[in-house]
Amino acid sequence: MSKSTQEWLESTWGKAISRFPQRRPKFESSSGVDVDPLYGPEALAEWNYHEKLGYPGEFPFTRGVQPTMYRGRLWTMRQYAGFADAEESNRRYKFLLEQGQTGLSVAFDLPTQIGYDSDSPEAEGEVGKVGVAISSLEDMETLTNGIPMEKITTSMTINSTGPILLALYVAAAKKQGADLSKIGGTIQNDILKEYIARGTYIYPPRPSLRLITDTFAWCKDNLPEWNTISISGYHMREAGCTAAQELAFTFADAIEYVDAALKAGLQFDEFGGRLAFFWACHSNFLEEVAKFRASRRIWAQIAKERYASKDPRAQMVRFHTQTGGATLTAQQPLNNLVRTTLQAMSAVLGGTQSLHTNSYDEALALPTEESVELALRTQQIIAFESGVADTIDPLAGSYYIEALTDRVEAEAWAYLKRIEDIGGALVGIEQGFQQREIQESAYRLQKMTETKDRIVVGVNDFVTDSMVEPDLMRVDPTLGKRRAQQLAALRKRRDNTAVERILARIRAAAHTDENTMPLFIEAVEAYATVGEICSVLREEWGEYQEVMTI
Amino acid sequence: MTQERPIRVLIAKPGLDGHDRGAKVVARALRDGGMEVIYTGIRQTPQMIAEAALQEDVQVVGLSILSGAHLELFPRVVEELKARGVDDVLLFAGGIIPQEDIPAVNKIGFTGVFGPGTDTNDIIAFVREHAPVRA
Repeated sequence: MSKSTQEWLESTWGKAISRFPQRRPKFESSSGVDVDPLYGPEALAEWNYHEKLGYPGEFPFTRGVQPTMYRGRLWTMRQYAGFADAEESNRRYKFLLEQGQTGLSVAFDLPTQIGYDSDSPEAEGEVGKVGVAISSLEDMETLTNGIPMEKITTSMTINSTGPILLALYVAAAKKQGADLSKIGGTIQNDILKEYIARGTYIYPPRPSLRLITDTFAWCKDNLPEWNTISISGYHMREAGCTAAQELAFTFADAIEYVDAALKAGLQFDEFGGRLAFFWACHSNFLEEVAKFRASRRIWAQIAKERYASKDPRAQMVRFHTQTGGATLTAQQPLNNLVRTTLQAMSAVLGGTQSLHTNSYDEALALPTEESVELALRTQQIIAFESGVADTIDPLAGSYYIEALTDRVEAEAWAYLKRIEDIGGALVGIEQGFQQREIQESAYRLQKMTETKDRIVVGVNDFVTDSMVEPDLMRVDPTLGKRRAQQLAALRKRRDNTAVERILARIRAAAHTDENTMPLFIEAVEAYATVGEICSVLREEWGEYQEVMTI
Repeated sequence: MTQERPIRVLIAKPGLDGHDRGAKVVARALRDGGMEVIYTGIRQTPQMIAEAALQEDVQVVGLSILSGAHLELFPRVVEELKARGVDDVLLFAGGIIPQEDIPAVNKIGFTGVFGPGTDTNDIIAFVREHAPVRA
């Protein structure tokens, strides 16, 4: 006897539900779409394996970008770290590498990210707080001291000042005697999502996009192993958007970058393979797995259909994942270990190329060495003990996972279409579209938490009174002063005529189409600082003004 | 018959921190709670915040910061407010402010400190109860 899911719903389920009602009137995804009680073969009635999934390493890459996935090499365990000065951060990196971490990920402080030196008045109170303070080549040399730059790949979360920090990294690598063709890593370099959600912009969009295409063009010829951009959904998700919006807003940004590069005369397949992506992983375990899988299918299609890509590498979504910072709670902080474990597991089941697991104390302050170690151990336990990395894309074929992958994909396409209709990501930003959508989703989540339509353990249910705060990491409050002294000494010691000369050339290049990367390298090699280079460009290009959406 | 004037609130983001989710959610919740809310946007210097408080004639100033620079920036906002003669406003704060810093933040005048996980209704109630009355 064969029965359809619909028949089952009407008979067996219907009978049961009339006696024992559901514990909630309805169940929904992060974007408010209903989740059915059961998924069966009907959910995949029109579904074609070869069209939707294919095989790992082959179009549309739903099952993974590499043919061998984690059978060949595990994902890169890359903990985002950096605080205080270059010396302290260098010590933390060496500690992480000794603990078995396989790549570095540098967090910069806000002044560095926004183009102010540690001794600038705007930097007051912020030096070394959310990341490491880097103002000159001297700092970058200290940061990378004793770390073999040819062997260890480094990801740098840096955007408006990304090209300058890349120049610093390249200059430090040259000083180590490294072969630039072997230097691997990533700069985030994704300015559009800064206007939407993260806020570390400096200049208006047009000159910012030019800086980005300059890095695409320069790296293609000089730094072939470098990921020139990490197009990021992470921060928009953290700011409140849904899983489907995360994909759509990110790919809309990606389209804007690709179009800018094409306009600058590059060919898609020349730089497409160096585009990387960065997703968040929040707590809805299966929806997140579906999101990662859908992301690969969407970009593969965009690359092939919109950009006529012939090179499979340029069609792949290679991505980094970070577990959801906004899902961490200040209440009962040890619960965050469990949240992070589950999120990390989804990222692995979704086929991530690298992963950062948050530390349990990050809703309170920067993580301690102990909490960071636990976060890294979480990845190692998943990798070596859980067995989920032993076969490729193990959830494929599940009725629910496949239906959900299709649904997240369809929702993302619908949003992409809306953005396209507005005139693209940049016009959307100028009109505040993405910002408003994110605000709406964030507010909806907040209200759902307040009405208990959404339960956050330890926050709005299962609450305990005792608020035990673990030991917190603190940055030395005298750091700003020390940094100012170091910078004053540097400014005295260097050849200031050479600095003035190269800064003048950068000022001139702001109004031509000369590639800025060689100029930045020359400038940092003369020990010009990040702040000095940025103030020249600020003077020439002006500063971006936030679009108010509330 | 006199109609009560709605409470005017300035929500501001001091320093370089761009995490504005909390500030925007609180701004919206206070507005939905019947208040007039002015949101400054991110990257405000203490001077800009004090100037906005003065110009907008607010009774309440809420600061949100997640970068850890609260102990440096909050006192400067208070100083700038005083320098402009704005000394009768209710101050409150939100963001990532460790438990052990709360006494210091309270002492300079931030009587309400609302961390992650706060119910916005608690903030609305706090503002209603403590906002100075304006004629």
